[in-house]
Amino acid sequence: MKKSVFLGTVAAATLLAGAGFAQEGSTLAQVKERGELNCGVNTGLVGFAAPDANGNWTGFDVAYCRALAAAVLGDPSKVKFVPTTGQTRFTALSSGEVDVLARNSTWTYSRDTDLKLDFVGVNYYDGQGFMVRRDLGVTSAKELEGATICIQTGTTTELNLADYFRANNMTYTPVNIDSNAEGEQQYMAGACDAYTTDASGLAATRAAFADPENHIILPEIISKEPLGPAVRHGDNNWGDIARWTLNALIAAEEYGVTSRNIEELVRSSTNPEVQRLLGTTDELGAMIGLDAEWARRAILANGNYGEIFAANIGEQTPIGLARGLNAQWTQGGLLYTPPFR
Amino acid sequence: MSDTHAQTVPFVRDTMLPAAPPPTRESGAVKWLRENLFSGAVNTVLTILGILIIWFLVATFWDWFAHSVWNASSLTECRQIIAATWGENARGACFAVIRERWNQYVFGFYPQTLYWRPTMAFGLLMVALAPVLFSASLIIRRVVLAITTLATLLCMMVLGAPVGWLVFAALVLAGGLLASERNIAWLLPFSLIYPLLGVWFLWGGSLWGPIFVLVGPLLGWLAWRLLAGISPLLATVGAILVTVLFWLLLAGDAAQSAQAVLPLSIEAVRSDRFGGFLLSITIGVAGIALSLPLGIVLALARRSDMFLIKSLAVIFIEFIRGVPLITLLFVASLLLNYFLPPGTSFDIILRVIIMVTLFAAAYMAEVIRGGLAALPKGQYEAADALGLDYWKAQRLIVLPQALKISIPGIVSTFIGMFKDTTLVTFVGLYDPLKSMSDAVRANIEWKGIYWEPFIFVGAIFFLICFGMSRYSMYLERRLQRDHR
Amino acid sequence: MTDVSASASPPFRLSMLINDRRYRSLTFQVIVFILVMLGLWWLIDNTLRNLALMGKSFDFGFLFQRAGYDIPQTPIPYTSDDTHLRASVVGLLNTLIVSVLGCIAATVLGILVGVARLSRNWLFARLMTVYVEIFRNMPLLLWILIIYAIFTEILPPPNAYRGENATMSMILFDNVALTNRYTAIPTLGMTNDPGSLDLGARITFNWATIAFVVALVGGWMLRRMIRDHAQRVQDRTGDRPVTWWKSLAVMVLPSLFLIWYFGLHLEPPSLQGFNFTGGLNVSNGLVALWLALTLYTAAFIAEIVRAGILAVSRGQSEAAFALGLRPNRTMSLVILPQALRVIVPPLISQYLNLTKNSSLAIAVGYMDLRGTLGGTTLNQTGRELEAIVLMMLTYLAVSLIISAGMNVFNASVKLKER
Repeated sequence: MKKSVFLGTVAAATLLAGAGFAQEGSTLAQVKERGELNCGVNTGLVGFAAPDANGNWTGFDVAYCRALAAAVLGDPSKVKFVPTTGQTRFTALSSGEVDVLARNSTWTYSRDTDLKLDFVGVNYYDGQGFMVRRDLGVTSAKELEGATICIQTGTTTELNLADYFRANNMTYTPVNIDSNAEGEQQYMAGACDAYTTDASGLAATRAAFADPENHIILPEIISKEPLGPAVRHGDNNWGDIARWTLNALIAAEEYGVTSRNIEELVRSSTNPEVQRLLGTTDELGAMIGLDAEWARRAILANGNYGEIFAANIGEQTPIGLARGLNAQWTQGGLLYTPPFR
Repeated sequence: MSDTHAQTVPFVRDTMLPAAPPPTRESGAVKWLRENLFSGAVNTVLTILGILIIWFLVATFWDWFAHSVWNASSLTECRQIIAATWGENARGACFAVIRERWNQYVFGFYPQTLYWRPTMAFGLLMVALAPVLFSASLIIRRVVLAITTLATLLCMMVLGAPVGWLVFAALVLAGGLLASERNIAWLLPFSLIYPLLGVWFLWGGSLWGPIFVLVGPLLGWLAWRLLAGISPLLATVGAILVTVLFWLLLAGDAAQSAQAVLPLSIEAVRSDRFGGFLLSITIGVAGIALSLPLGIVLALARRSDMFLIKSLAVIFIEFIRGVPLITLLFVASLLLNYFLPPGTSFDIILRVIIMVTLFAAAYMAEVIRGGLAALPKGQYEAADALGLDYWKAQRLIVLPQALKISIPGIVSTFIGMFKDTTLVTFVGLYDPLKSMSDAVRANIEWKGIYWEPFIFVGAIFFLICFGMSRYSMYLERRLQRDHR
Repeated sequence: MTDVSASASPPFRLSMLINDRRYRSLTFQVIVFILVMLGLWWLIDNTLRNLALMGKSFDFGFLFQRAGYDIPQTPIPYTSDDTHLRASVVGLLNTLIVSVLGCIAATVLGILVGVARLSRNWLFARLMTVYVEIFRNMPLLLWILIIYAIFTEILPPPNAYRGENATMSMILFDNVALTNRYTAIPTLGMTNDPGSLDLGARITFNWATIAFVVALVGGWMLRRMIRDHAQRVQDRTGDRPVTWWKSLAVMVLPSLFLIWYFGLHLEPPSLQGFNFTGGLNVSNGLVALWLALTLYTAAFIAEIVRAGILAVSRGQSEAAFALGLRPNRTMSLVILPQALRVIVPPLISQYLNLTKNSSLAIAVGYMDLRGTLGGTTLNQTGRELEAIVLMMLTYLAVSLIISAGMNVFNASVKLKER
């Protein structure tokens, strides 16, 4: 930190000579040396990542970053949140500006391969949907022929929308908007018939309306949007840490480990899976270059996956999302973590 | 002739009549109205049109402004208050959002307990600017510095600054006032070290960093003194080399060691906490301070006789002027990492400042080139006749006059650049206009609030830019008088 | 002279490279050149190493892949099946459309306001001053957002025009509908369509358009011939023949004939389904951006025009009056040509500024070059280096073309020095 402030003061000279604080070696070593995790997040999406009035970040993606920081550095507050736009997110990751990108980004083939990212898993199974006013009299997306549709630029939703209307031989007029706040405003004013984005975003948006009952979310989900954190391609150890931190949060829910009972379970649990997860038996942490208690800290940071979900986007929050696909596989959802052994 | 005439006239008045009052249509308000508003058919139509425009604006917006609510915690509450006070269908402004969130618009996410630090930095900035900007008149200086002193100290007190820092600020401000009364040039050293102080106040951290940055040029100066006897050119090269090498190789470690021996630091604040007008002003002031010297160098290069230097300057200036600022900001946020050695990354605000500086410098160069071209050729010839070398001639004769001529252009470039700082929203920084408003609107309480933040932010931009342009006009007039 | 100095100069020594003024500039240039080349090499080397490190290449092949996204306003036919290159071209055309419209409107408004500020009408002049100051001293982005928000919030949605008891009705003889999405205007229809000229790549020109262009250009050239003829007659005889009806005829008649021949008529938009169809829907993004650019730039142009007119000394108009010229002739023959010399150079940079400022289009969802190539394409392909370089070069080319064209105009109004 001191170094970077210092850098600011001698910026010109630094730029000329191309010094600067070079980041060498593995991402894990860099993060440890820096004492801080750089985490790329959304510039402001309620429930997933948004700064409050004091600049404290909260949200579903933010919680993952904190858990990762807790696992690696032992302190969930040692995170620097880097707000990224739809345009700058992947560059921020590939250029090393952020160590992990948790910005509700969809895991797609080309992003995984061509953009040289590694998605470490899925923290939210989403899909693209449509929201319309009830008085429009539309009950299915198939009836949207000729409609004006608000859409955020630079997202996969833009491509899905084009494909969906093409496949169904329908026409539409896109209204490209720049941010979610802008989209809501356009939709509320009636500047578009339908607003399309990830179903979670639609639910959050609708929940915040003064008259949610006058808006309906159409039944069609026109795409698969597995959202997950991503790391740079090539640093597999760092990828493992990011992946298994996410898995630890999910597994913790599956085994009933919560932030409240974790201390007790460390002492008393007889379930070998839980013992391995919490580092009481076997040195799983050492295999990824961390200590034995890494997962314990990750879970303690914000609780397990279920607790994070409930606190940020669950049914008790203004956003009010149901678990749906994001329930544990034992509950009929898709969350299924490989075993910890 | 007149004699004969006088005899033929039957009556001659031999006392003067007292002056009669002019007819009502030729005096007072009526005359003014007739001359200025209704002097002809076209003018009458224009006047009526003007009145209609004003009436339309007032009729459209009056009730909205009149029904302002300043005390509420959410938009819904605002609407309830409006409905309760002015009837069910009344509309009104909800300026409560400004009252609730002013700190975010002004300071971004800067830690609340440290708000006094940017305030102090801004106050001291005025002192640092005094010898540069307000050197023209003692009265202006007195007024500006007195207001700055009072406002800064008051704000700092309200924002809860520690007593030690209050005393420090009071001392510096009083010193500034005193120096400006006696001899404004005394403040120049302060102006020179202010950039380091300002950075330290804003970002915090160890004081040793700025100190060792300052040591660099001092060592350079020492080297220059030692080598000056041998060869002036060698001395210059040596001085620059010593400074740069010291910065690159020693300063960082030295600062850390010094910090370990004697900790001198204030709480560090990271760039991602910057936002709102604090961000705009930081980028603006840094860009202005850096782009003026760069612009002068570019302008001189473009007017140089040396073909290569001239071509390089032309290519640079025309390239920068040919592309939108937004693409340069994209370069800052997306491409700079490609151009620097692998693994290098530095602060996004710094990257944006660099790009904004380059952008403004190209425009500045053209403005100053205009000033250089407008200077009579005799001035150049006089400088040559006195036997001054190139740099002396530029420094003593050409540039002071050329810069004076270009003041309006320079200031309008500054204003343009300050307005353009709002574009940083497109690279994910929290500018006051769009990103900050979006962030405020992302809260459920203030969802859907649109006009009030626009009006607030617009008004502040207007005050700053209008103030700058008026001051430049004043300066221009004043310097013109000296010139005559 | 040269001989003498050459023979008198001392033999060359190495130190002269630094101490002799003749060689010093050369030495300096060589050093600067080496430094610049080193800097460039350093940048390129870094870029190549970074690309290699990220496993990317510098390759414009992505331009020929399927774009996959839709663009609301397409001056040339475009679907989501087309390539990124075509999407970029559509974006560039959109940039040019809003820039050209903006330049024209800003010039007209700027001149009007500039003249009005000099008006003797106290109220109107003050009002214009307020307009200029307010627009010049607030960020353009603010104006774009405000005007767009006004459109969205104040105009009605299309279905306000629906049904028996519609709350809105179309204006201008049921031809234009203002909505908060777009302004629906009529298109030109033809009963006798001559077909289109195919330029390849699905770019077509209707023969009627070509016929109209030919008719207008031909008429304009004929009018010049008539005027030159009249001038010759006047030079010879001193009498100028009356030509206005001839000029009017050659300008207007061919077009009237073509309108009758092609059966040109207006096809008004009508509300079908969710939206107006049949006409042309001009999106509010375009209109808001255009208005904001116009109002913002016009404030600057007004100042330029005012300064230009003030720069012509009063003696000029007094002299013209003394010669017996009428006020409008004084304006067109004496004041304007001199004022233009002052006005045109800064006007060029305002045009350039307007074109560059149109890149803020993304704030209102208008898909210009920055929105397509520098926005969605960049985002979907992840080719930021190539996309941004290409985008900058395109903007640079547009700027250079505009300034080159305007410089030609500037040369024609410049004081002819003999």
